Parts: sequence; structure tokens; C-alpha cells
Amino acid sequence: MPHDERSTRSADASPNARPLRVLYCRCAYADVVPEDVKDRVLQRLCESGRAFDTVADLCEMSARHDPALNRIAECGGVKIAACYKRAVHGLFEAAGAPLSTDDVHVLNMRTDDADTIADNLLNDGEVDT
Amino acid sequence: MIKATKSPRVRIVLYEGLGADPLDGDSRYRIMRALLERGLTVTCTGPQPADDMTPGTLASVEESVLLVIGRFEGGQPPQVEDAAGRVTLHLLHLTDTDDQAVVQQIDQTLGELDVAVNQPGQWKPWFPVIDYSRCTNCMQCLSFCLFGVYGVDADNKIQVQNNDNCKTDCPACSRVCPEVAIMFPKYSQGPINGDQIREDDLKREAMKVDISSLLGGDIYAQLKQRSSAAKERFAKERDEKRALSERIRCLNKLAGQMDIPKEVLLNLPSQDEIRQRAADAAAKGRAALEAGD
Repeated sequence: MPHDERSTRSADASPNARPLRVLYCRCAYADVVPEDVKDRVLQRLCESGRAFDTVADLCEMSARHDPALNRIAECGGVKIAACYKRAVHGLFEAAGAPLSTDDVHVLNMRTDDADTIADNLLNDGEVDT
Repeated sequence: MIKATKSPRVRIVLYEGLGADPLDGDSRYRIMRALLERGLTVTCTGPQPADDMTPGTLASVEESVLLVIGRFEGGQPPQVEDAAGRVTLHLLHLTDTDDQAVVQQIDQTLGELDVAVNQPGQWKPWFPVIDYSRCTNCMQCLSFCLFGVYGVDADNKIQVQNNDNCKTDCPACSRVCPEVAIMFPKYSQGPINGDQIREDDLKREAMKVDISSLLGGDIYAQLKQRSSAAKERFAKERDEKRALSERIRCLNKLAGQMDIPKEVLLNLPSQDEIRQRAADAAAKGRAALEAGD
């Protein structure tokens, strides 16, 4: 089955709709994101059984201009659990991979509640291609 | 210091699809957590059938080493290769689902593949990130930074060119930016950490610039002035101890005002070098501004 016809698509979604991917940043190189929030969000993702991408630290990847950031930016349609939206967009731009503002959603683990973030990530939000 | 900039990119895929045993949620969580804390980039496929799987974005990146790990049926990973030859593919059967055992097994495999990976705790990714939606290209940051972190591109647009030169935990350049356009995502407080900018922040930043101007334009001028004053006193009084205590007092004040780590201030280059670097940076900034007019 082609990925744009997955069963996760809601019944009233347009034929070209696709679910948003999930990207989780562990912020492993610093202690600025509360450990319990990072853990709880990751735990909820793992328990859900759905597929998702993770990175150890978006700052570290941005510093290295990791081409994976380009890939994420090009694909769009992603929910990113990380930190402040302005910082995340800046990190991608600094790596030469500016994010679209239309179909990229940044969830802030520095300020928001873990279960609220996890609920948002696991809700089948969709974006029209 | 960024260590693994030249080595191939490594992506791990925790595979639980067709031909592999699915993990329980807790084991999956513990393994994912341990791999991320080790500094690895991981795609978790989950236990869905392959044709119903949300595709991983990172896993498909080109020119990388892809290490697919899982509990493969029969204890043997299948023989597979990337038909396009863009990805070096390796499969690893996990002999144990204990998280630390998995990390050890992966470390050993990466060692055999001669692939280096940066490790959290050994380095902190600390560098300025410019919010171009706010930046006015005024070149204050370029003129201010003593360590050559900033430069301009071919279109004379300010950019961060030398991340590695930035002094860990020093957010001073963000404090001289009149537009609050410089972020340090690992900083503790907003708006420098990327938090929303409030009216009060703008007022505070404007005040800082004014204070800076009143004190003589920039930090170099302040340092120079204070140093000259200290030198003058030293010449008059020949009191080494007093000169030293004055220097420490000035440095402490600067550290407090701009949240500059003391180590950075104590390791500044010599006064002549500071003067030279400041002049070079200011000239670079002026040239970029003139070219942009």
C-alpha cells in the first residue's frame, strides 16, 4: 500500500493527505530540557508502537550541518518535539535547511507538559500534500 | 570541539517489522533512551507491518552508514543491500534486549566499522543562532565578537561562520544585538534561548545598547578604558596588588553585566591582540555595510 493511502488517514481526509511524521529531539548534550518530560514523551511514543524518528541533539546536528536536517526540511509534514519554535527554526536555517512554516509543528518540551505533547504527537494530525 | 565532522553519518534503525520479533513497549523505550543518550540518531519502526509503516526521514538519508538492529528470526539478520548503493547497510541481531548490552553491542559494531560518533558530555554544542526574521544586518555582533565567530556571505549578509570559535556558555553577543535576534538554544533563559520576545525584553535590550554607548561604544572600549585607567593608577602608585584587584573588579562587573563566563574574560588575548581583532572585526562590518548600501 503506498504511504499516502495508509489506514491511519481519517475517512474524510483528502486523497492526497498524509499523516505528519514525528521527530523527537533528546537534547542529549545539555541539561536544559527537563529529564522527566523528555523521558515521558519518549516513553509514550515507544508504547504507542508507531514509527518515529529521533535525534540525539538538533543543536549538535546543526553545528555539523548534518544533511539529515535538509532531508527533514525537504520532506516537511513533521511534528518536532524539541524546544522553542524560534530556536528550532533557527537551527535548521543555520544548517542551510530552512523549515516550512506551513506543515511543521514544533512542540516545546522545555515549557509544556509531557502528556500534552505526547497526545499532540500521537494524534493523527494530517497535512495536505 | 566537534569531533565527528568528517566521519560518515551513522543512522540506527530499530527494526521490528517482518522477519523480526517485536519488542515490548518498555524494552523499546529503554533501548531508545540509551541509544539517544549515547548520541546516536535512531529511527524506531515500531511493530507495524512494513507496508503500513510511516517512513523514517532520517533513515533514508544518502551517503550514510545505516545500522539496522533488531531481534531477527533465527538469530540471524537477513542479507540485504541498498540497490542504489547510496547507503552502506549493516544489520545487527540483538543478542540481548538489556539497554546497556545493546549500547555495548552497537559500540563494538561501530568500532569494527571504524565509524566515530560524537558523545554527549564531551562537548556542548554552543554557538549563536541568528533569527533572520529579526536581524537587520547591523553588524554589531560581527564588530563585537572577539573570536571571529561571525562573518558575511557573498551578499554581505551576516552569518555565523566559525561555530567552533564560540566560547561555551558565553551569550555576550546576543546581549549587544539591538533586535534580540541572536539565540543560544542551550542558554537557560529567554529570550536568548529562543523563547518568545516580549515588550520588556526589547526595552531592556535597547537600554543595554544605550548603556554600552554611554560607556564608550563597545566592550573593547570599556576594556581599553578600564585597563588604561588601571595602568595610570599603577604607574602613579606602583601598586601591583591594587592594579590586580582593579582588573578583577572590572572583569567581575563585566561578567555580571553581560553574563560572560569568568573563564572567557580571564582568557582574553593580550590588549594588543584585542585591539587588532576589534579593529579587524569593525573594518569587516563597515565594509559589509558599505557594500550593502
